[in-house]
Amino acid sequence: MAVMMTSEQELKGLMTAGLDGDGAAYRMLLERLSTHLRSYYRGRLARAGRGPAEAEDLLQEALLAIHTRRHTYDRAELFTPWLHAIARYKLIDHLRRTNVTRRSLPIEDADEQELTSHLDQGGVESSVDLGRLMARLPVKMRRAIQDVKLDGLSIAEAARRSGMTESAVKINIHRGLKAMAAAIRPEDKR
Amino acid sequence: MRTDDLITMLSTNVEAVDRREMTRLITRAVAFGGVVALGAGLFVLGGRTDAGSDGTLGFLAIKLVFALTIMGVALFSLMRAARPGSSRPGLMALALLPFAGIVGLAAISLAQMSVGHWRAMLMGAEWLECLLSIPIIAVVPFALVIWAVRQAAPTNLRRAGALSGLVAGSLSAAGYALHCTADSLPFIALWYSGTIILCTLAGAMLGPRLLRW
Repeated sequence: MAVMMTSEQELKGLMTAGLDGDGAAYRMLLERLSTHLRSYYRGRLARAGRGPAEAEDLLQEALLAIHTRRHTYDRAELFTPWLHAIARYKLIDHLRRTNVTRRSLPIEDADEQELTSHLDQGGVESSVDLGRLMARLPVKMRRAIQDVKLDGLSIAEAARRSGMTESAVKINIHRGLKAMAAAIRPEDKR
Repeated sequence: MRTDDLITMLSTNVEAVDRREMTRLITRAVAFGGVVALGAGLFVLGGRTDAGSDGTLGFLAIKLVFALTIMGVALFSLMRAARPGSSRPGLMALALLPFAGIVGLAAISLAQMSVGHWRAMLMGAEWLECLLSIPIIAVVPFALVIWAVRQAAPTNLRRAGALSGLVAGSLSAAGYALHCTADSLPFIALWYSGTIILCTLAGAMLGPRLLRW
């Protein structure tokens, strides 16, 4: 069952629909991915002596990265290698930033077993505070994200309300999420 | 922040994604970089004034074909290195072919001449200018390409950096060729190749710093 539900084909289908603007499919994709990635990061970080709260931080960082870089997925390719490459890149980058010696770094590939095992804890919190993250954004970005991504206004409504053009709203959302993705990373302690 | 809340935020009013966005960005950066490099060769250093006289066009063509072939292969590989988890391997090894080709041609041309001529053929009068110009001209294309690759998601930063350097260096060599009057195959093999490889090494060194995301 688990294998069926998480097959490459299904995830790829959800990803492709999401890339075409299907919010429901995209939400389902992110939910599936967060389950996989949570268990992957918990396992890997546990080996480095880190707790589940840190895994949740890293999971959220990875989700933001997946979102802001989703245009780099090539539909002619398989989806899971793209996902694994990002998940692994973010793990290694995280461990480097938080100053772990090379020896304790688990760098083997994310194997199928770990990525597909289930662990349901949707309500887990990270140490990141959304309000504080938002407060660090420039006004226009913060406003566009608040209106469209948090309050659920359409782009057109948000544009009317803020006096920006629709494409300016879109650009501000995009840049704002990228800024959040950068801000959510732990500081480099090296 | 709860992960569920983050997912809700990300999936609310999600925009359709243009599937050519990444390719277009990198292509555009290379195009602008190319204009800068050709402009530097033609207008800053000054285009060669002897163009059209015996054999010069042939050498100009060899230099341009050499540099632009490398650029094409490097760009193609860079597009792949900019995406995570691409199953298709890049063609970095293929980029070695133009280098091998020019070195082969240079060896043939040296073999036909006596050793006494080799120094002039290898060094010309412009080796220092070439050694300095190509890396300096490459700075702007390199910055543009790195900026574009930063918008993508390279996971092997050293490789992506090296390929960015290779693209920038070969573009720069094409620009410099418009100015350069050193018409000898050994010169091209030594100084054009050498400076392009230098740019590639610089890119490989800078990649992990500049491309991190």
